Amino acid sequence: MNDTIEQVRALAQRTVTDVRYPIVKTYTLDAIWVLYDRVLRVDPKRPDDPARDRFLLSKGHGPSAFYAVLAAKGFFPVAWLDRIATLESPLGSHPDATLVPGAEMSAGSLGHGLPLGVGIAHGLRADGFPDSRVFVLVGDAELDEGSNHEAIAYAGAVGLANLNVIVADNGSATHGWNGGIASRFEVNGWSAAHVDAHDHEALYRSFTTSHPDRPHVTVAAHRP
Amino acid sequence: MVFIADPLTHERQPLTMRDAWAAHLTDLVDADPRLAVVLADISADMFDQAMKAHPDRVINVGIREQLLIGVAGGLALAGMRPVAHTYAPFLVERAFEQVKLDFEHQGTSGVLVSVGASYDWAEGSFTHFSPRDVALFDTLPGWRVFVPGHAAEVPPLLDRAVRADGGVYLRLSLQHNENPHAVPDDSLLVLREGTRATVVVVGPLLDNVLEATADLDVTVAYTNTPRPLDTTGLRELAADTGDAIVMVEPYLEGTSAWLVSKAYEDRPHRLLSIGVGREELRRYGTAVEHERLHGLDAEGVRARLRRFLA
Repeated sequence: MNDTIEQVRALAQRTVTDVRYPIVKTYTLDAIWVLYDRVLRVDPKRPDDPARDRFLLSKGHGPSAFYAVLAAKGFFPVAWLDRIATLESPLGSHPDATLVPGAEMSAGSLGHGLPLGVGIAHGLRADGFPDSRVFVLVGDAELDEGSNHEAIAYAGAVGLANLNVIVADNGSATHGWNGGIASRFEVNGWSAAHVDAHDHEALYRSFTTSHPDRPHVTVAAHRP
Repeated sequence: MVFIADPLTHERQPLTMRDAWAAHLTDLVDADPRLAVVLADISADMFDQAMKAHPDRVINVGIREQLLIGVAGGLALAGMRPVAHTYAPFLVERAFEQVKLDFEHQGTSGVLVSVGASYDWAEGSFTHFSPRDVALFDTLPGWRVFVPGHAAEVPPLLDRAVRADGGVYLRLSLQHNENPHAVPDDSLLVLREGTRATVVVVGPLLDNVLEATADLDVTVAYTNTPRPLDTTGLRELAADTGDAIVMVEPYLEGTSAWLVSKAYEDRPHRLLSIGVGREELRRYGTAVEHERLHGLDAEGVRARLRRFLA
């Protein structure tokens, strides 16, 4: 069984053959694990349930942690992890949602996940599933892309309460975020929380905090 | 931004293509719970009631074109059929990577509807022109392109676009023909038969071509669904005109040349491409004047046809 974070971390290490990213970056593992283990209403046996929660790995880069969690939760066999990014592998250096069971978006080009997430959040509400949630994971450097700021301003203005963003902040944005990342969201009407990227209880509290009239952002800081 | 006139209305057209589209889409969205509309301020006032009735399915994101396409893609991922709309250059060119990645690459599709066309708002000049849009869709697999020639052609094309499985680009314009034409699905409507060339004309340039060819011995065929191009039908018609072909298109000249060439890998042919020029004119004026400058009025089309037939 793959029930513990240590076991899932070991699964992620099996992707070290990834040619593009030889060093497996798993600083997003804790957040993704907490989501799939304790928060998201998703079922690998019912992957097309229209009322399921959605997790979008917007940044796409370094998906080892994501693949490891999906494998641990039974979306596909763990053996797939050993042949990542080879010609016949459904798992690549950037996930393709049409190839990876459980992946909700194809990613790799930065700045697409948050606008897509806004559309999914509207679609779930229009479909009669206002309690179904969308979680979008972006990187702090990915926030450089202006498309994110179009989405942040809009989602805050209309109070898109079933939308949640996790900013995996490893301090990699070239020009930084003077004044803080959360302020970009808060000034647009979002609720925000700062947590340690590896503190499972803090991540869980932020992911499940009540925000009935506005979207919510979790800034998960990782400082190596 | 200062508008000297509303660029999307036309004093000689009581009902524009955009009016017909908005009215019919409003009816469709009331009837179909899987249909969604995403706007970026342009035309938003035409959907005031629909936005109130369907706040999560009829959405105005403001002047945010990346978000416009991304939200449409997200609605498609949630199982909806999205219709996204704004001015052509902002819909297709400004957020082209979103068009590329937020539909097919996600395993979904949508309907994109533009206004403005190649030079509708001539006073607004090049920033609001989009003659290259159809050529861009030709770089993507599977997109259908519908180019109505009259407001009355819009509702049936919109019905088809909404029902289609793949992506559809519906290109609305203020330029139009005197009368609408019903084109059989995905084929060419033959309006005149001759022996010296087969002239295929797309959408609003039909009347100019009919006038230009009034006394010429050519076949004239009309389509408002140029993608997929009916190259089988084209070959059948051209077989009776010595495989001499003329494509007249209200967007970038030569846009369809690659498709004609592909259809004639096994057979010699001659092709004349007539369309909007590649160069930026840096002129204002009216759409009719721009049509003339690009050689797309009846006189210009006729001159080039006569040289081709000489």
